[in-house]
Amino acid sequence: MEAPALTVPAILSVRDLVKHFPLPHGEVVHAVCGVTFELHAGETLGLVGESGCGKSTTGRTVLRLLPATAGEVVFEGIDLATKSRRQLREVRRDLQVVFQDPYASLNPRMPVNEIVAEPLKIHGLYGRQGQARVRELLQLVGLNPEHGNRYPHEFSGGQRQRVGVARALALDPRVIVLDEPVSALDVSIQAGVVNLLEDLQEQLGLAYLFIAHDLSVVRHISDRVAVMYLGKIVETGTRDDIYERPVHPYTQALLSAIPLPDPQRERRRERIMISGELPSPVHPPSGCRFRTRCWKAQERCAEEEPALIDRGHGHPAACHFPELLDRLYG
Amino acid sequence: MVGEVALPPSDAPVVGRDRPGAPLLQVTDLCVDFPTLDGVVHAVRGVSFTLVDKGVLAIVGESGSGKSVTSLAIMGLLPKTARVSGSIMYRGTELLGMSDKDKADLRGRELAMIFQDPMTALNPVYRVGWQLAEAVRAHQDVSWKQAHRQAVSLLARVGIPNPEERARDYPHQFSGGMRQRVVIAMAIANDPDVIVADEPTTALDVTVQAQILETMEALRRSTSAAMILITHDLGVVAGSADHVLVMYAGRPVEVGTVDDVYYRPRMPYTVGLLGALPHLDRSHSGRLVPVVGAPPSLINLPPGCPFSPRCPIATERCQAEEPELRLVGVDHQSACHYAENVPAMARERLGSAAEPG
Repeated sequence: MEAPALTVPAILSVRDLVKHFPLPHGEVVHAVCGVTFELHAGETLGLVGESGCGKSTTGRTVLRLLPATAGEVVFEGIDLATKSRRQLREVRRDLQVVFQDPYASLNPRMPVNEIVAEPLKIHGLYGRQGQARVRELLQLVGLNPEHGNRYPHEFSGGQRQRVGVARALALDPRVIVLDEPVSALDVSIQAGVVNLLEDLQEQLGLAYLFIAHDLSVVRHISDRVAVMYLGKIVETGTRDDIYERPVHPYTQALLSAIPLPDPQRERRRERIMISGELPSPVHPPSGCRFRTRCWKAQERCAEEEPALIDRGHGHPAACHFPELLDRLYG
Repeated sequence: MVGEVALPPSDAPVVGRDRPGAPLLQVTDLCVDFPTLDGVVHAVRGVSFTLVDKGVLAIVGESGSGKSVTSLAIMGLLPKTARVSGSIMYRGTELLGMSDKDKADLRGRELAMIFQDPMTALNPVYRVGWQLAEAVRAHQDVSWKQAHRQAVSLLARVGIPNPEERARDYPHQFSGGMRQRVVIAMAIANDPDVIVADEPTTALDVTVQAQILETMEALRRSTSAAMILITHDLGVVAGSADHVLVMYAGRPVEVGTVDDVYYRPRMPYTVGLLGALPHLDRSHSGRLVPVVGAPPSLINLPPGCPFSPRCPIATERCQAEEPELRLVGVDHQSACHYAENVPAMARERLGSAAEPG
């Protein structure tokens, strides 16, 4: 699957999204700092980065689970920020979410039938067909509808995450924000949920914003990928742009850091090691935010923030000195 | 390459490159049960292995496979309610049933542990330097001043910048990666012969994980300690271990060199795990192959092979009779009645992935 042609209008477009969290004493956590991306019908955009990079905050701000500090989230041509609470509720039928922790995101006191029926009831769509719809949804995500009267604790982690997916699907959404949907699951279980998400996308034409820190899963499921570092997108492109031809030093270091389940490759692989850890988002570095850990950093990087543009490599990267690198995977 | 040396008389796999010499750590038929209100949980059901000097054995498995309980049993850190049987011999001394005092004497000096969560492994109300000095003084007859000097040099060895100053900080003043370095410094404080690392990098981001794995590898080379690495991450194992023990439902189901287990798996569960992994270094190569079903309850284990309900090549025999771990190659064991049929199944499932890259 290739990324859809860019002439198709985006179903969701996010422009210069900013999210700050105030701290006592007038300080501010700069969680998301001017993020721009588009999501097209039927495609998956992977949003990756390490903890604290702002990827989950981006997802929540897009859904308006958190109010944005600045910027636009335009869904089907309408800026969500201009909507009242009631109008927003309408939009949320089309814009759903699946959270990471299938233990915390399902009410332990509600049987699964009710959990999946809840969005239908809230939107006044339950009615006579409700029960049948819930059975259909459970079936759709690979659960036995006969088990609908069981409680979340009676299901395994993978099954619980399927319940979360069924609930997100209840209102026939067009976009689902998946926030680390498989990272709490064991690998043997994770593969089944990933396959389910792929099947549902194909059947229902869903668009996914897939937020994850596991770059292998993201490569598998995404059409396009955006890499975040300290509140900003540092590189974005098609899946192969990012995984085969990354030009931003952070993307390269990130891919190089991941151990491969391949002993011989691991033995001969040379890693790009970046020193240090993520700087505080309260006082992000001037200029390029990655410069404090970057082996290429020069004076210019401290003075001038690199724009996220294509500097001749076929996709945008926010680096003054982008270059291709050989043999990332050994 | 490994595997040219004859196996020792024991059936348990030997770990480490230099075979001669007394076994450093020999675990035989280790079983751990936990009585609970719902019934007895059989968390570990017969784990055997031998670790020799400088070896790195990875114990891999998914949640509930018994890998962490095995490591806690070795360290003597299981709760009193646990019923432990079998044998854990450290340089010829039986650790099971040892008095708490003798165990405490051994722990830290001979056997040390690196825990997953550095925040809970460190005491939040003491300065890091003091905690390290305390660990030093637990086993060495030195003054506080000397112990503190050692603490500072330990911090330097694990790659903490400005160790002199950082020794005066509290754990919360360290980042996650730096905290894990402190925990590693504590583990090597008394130059142990065996380090048990339980998911040492699971709580860390990948770029930090790479730094920590590199530090651990450098330390292992310089200290000659052997290591038991407990993890669920097949990538970490591939780069760090010599031997792998795959656990499922409380038992080892495949044991061998990393190359054998990754490239020539002989147990359907291992094949399932490898097939379920998405690949970072490969373009979309079709669908992932999940392992159908879920692991069994450790309270009501079905008879037969615990993997049989999820196994694509299971027969009636598998449901009736639990397979013993048996040799299927030099230095390679599998607990499958049909280990001989697994290579064909692996080729079908993993394709070229089963070959060394």
